[in-house]
Amino acid sequence: MASSEADVLDRLGSGLRALGAWIDDRFPMTKLIKEHATEYYASKNFNIWYGFGVIATFVLVLQLVTGIFLTMNYKPAAADAFASVEYIMRDVNWGWLIRYLHSTGASAFFIVVYLHMFRGLLYGSYKKPRELVWIIGMFIYLCLMAEAFFGYLLPWGNMSYWGAQVIVSLFGAIPVIGNGLSEWIRGDFFISDITLNRFFAFHVIAVPLMLVLLVVVHIMALHEVGSNNPDGIDIKEHKGPDGRPIDGVAFHPYHTSKDLVIIIAFLIAFAAVVFFAPDMGGYFLEHANFEPAQPLQTPPEIAPVWYFTPFYAMLRAVPNKLAGVVLMGAAVLLPFFLPWLDRCRVKSIRYRGTVYKVALMVFAVSFIGLGYCGLQKPTATIYLFCRIFAILYFAFFVLMPFYSRHERTKPVPTRVTP
Amino acid sequence: MAPLVKGCSVAESTGFTRRHFLTVATLVTGGAGVVGTAVPFVSSFNPSARAQALGGPVQFDISKLERGALAKIEWRGRPIYIVHRTEEMLSSLKKDEAMLRDPASKESEQPTYATNEHRSLRPEFLVLEGVCTHLGCAPLPRFEVAPADLGPNWPGGFFCPCHGSRFDLAGRVFQGVPAPLNLPVPAYRFVNDNTLLIGSDTGNS
Repeated sequence: MASSEADVLDRLGSGLRALGAWIDDRFPMTKLIKEHATEYYASKNFNIWYGFGVIATFVLVLQLVTGIFLTMNYKPAAADAFASVEYIMRDVNWGWLIRYLHSTGASAFFIVVYLHMFRGLLYGSYKKPRELVWIIGMFIYLCLMAEAFFGYLLPWGNMSYWGAQVIVSLFGAIPVIGNGLSEWIRGDFFISDITLNRFFAFHVIAVPLMLVLLVVVHIMALHEVGSNNPDGIDIKEHKGPDGRPIDGVAFHPYHTSKDLVIIIAFLIAFAAVVFFAPDMGGYFLEHANFEPAQPLQTPPEIAPVWYFTPFYAMLRAVPNKLAGVVLMGAAVLLPFFLPWLDRCRVKSIRYRGTVYKVALMVFAVSFIGLGYCGLQKPTATIYLFCRIFAILYFAFFVLMPFYSRHERTKPVPTRVTP
Repeated sequence: MAPLVKGCSVAESTGFTRRHFLTVATLVTGGAGVVGTAVPFVSSFNPSARAQALGGPVQFDISKLERGALAKIEWRGRPIYIVHRTEEMLSSLKKDEAMLRDPASKESEQPTYATNEHRSLRPEFLVLEGVCTHLGCAPLPRFEVAPADLGPNWPGGFFCPCHGSRFDLAGRVFQGVPAPLNLPVPAYRFVNDNTLLIGSDTGNS
């Protein structure tokens, strides 16, 4: 008995190997697996900050899968949209779960991506040779903002409607072409059935295609130059006799098994929100959105979802509408230039000077401060804080070439530290 | 073969070969094709024939609108306010000018025939887009004079519930509020004594 079982397994194994060889003659399967997993070496001293890229990828897949299932019952028409979302929530088997996974996933995506970007700022992951990795990442962030904006109109709640109204009217602030441009975006003179239909097309096919493509390019560019690490040094400078970096371990199985734990930890927190607080007190799903869109009646207070509020706060803090729009655009675009704004050669915050540590803390506080102010009712005090935080936000980038040039850095080790 | 070789050598001496020429010509032709093909796709984003038809002018019968009353109709998804103003309402417009940001409507958006002190064709009929110039909310009509919540200086007008912008009975914005401009006046005309046409000010009646 035992020998015949071993025999079957043997045959199965050799059959699989033959199949693999057959594929490898026609497609670089084994080559790709080696390059990107089993022989891709990343530093052994990764800390928790290095988990957010994997979580972001996981959330992307979650959004794609739940999104596909939502389209099966959602109707992108002004007359049907709101009711079809209620239908998903009440009548479709497990529809509420699929929708809450998707809506919570949207906020989770931004939390994770903001932390992932902050990791880049901490350890200088945008610096040479990873400039393109950073820029492609910024394009992913832009796509993500577009994806969130288009998706937010789809439930056709009153906040969806007026949020889209406010954002599209921002384009109207551009001189000369502004009004024509807003009409072109809406396809109508106001946010209508036509606008909803095209936002649906953008949300479910155009932007996700770009997003997936950019993520693939992001990872390819990363694997070409190699992952950074908390010490900000190049592990490829110290290779063993086998030609592998001594301080690196293979992405698979070492990093993947650790990433599995990270994903489980993330899912525990994520599931807690999905099951116990899917609207997160009005921050993830705004209360005004539980009413259908009413073109003639604005909700008492228009505020975008939390992940846009840092930029919304800047817009609101400027008395001139066009200047506010320009400032908001500049705030989103400035991080693209980070690789060239930062003149310090040391990558990691561990060995950088006090001036950058302070600057980064001020930047983090002002970004969170702007986000908080953007959620509050506009009073004179809130406006004052918005302006202070906005100035600090811009100062971080604009003054960087000066304060980062003559930084008093600490000596950088040649090998990674625990 | 001789003439061809000769032709090549002449071209090479100028640094611009036949191959260069063909490359540039192909790129230019291909580029023109791409731009030409993009036109229908880009244009398909503009308001369709149906959207334009539905966004056409709308009529309103003003004979049934009492003095001091407001009618709200929808045009292009926007609320349009039509107010039949009383003499007192019209006289309040003179008194509140000192409190306004743009009393003569120099910066604001309205047709030339409404760029006057009452911001309308006929003084008694006010036609406004009910769209706050701050962030597009719909201001509420508050025609009572000096109510408790709006203060003793309130001459009657429009109050935006979103961010507290205030407008007078000609839709002119007050100082010290977030809205930068007066409420816009749409294009309109009187087709006859009792019929108002909103969305167009040209053509035969």
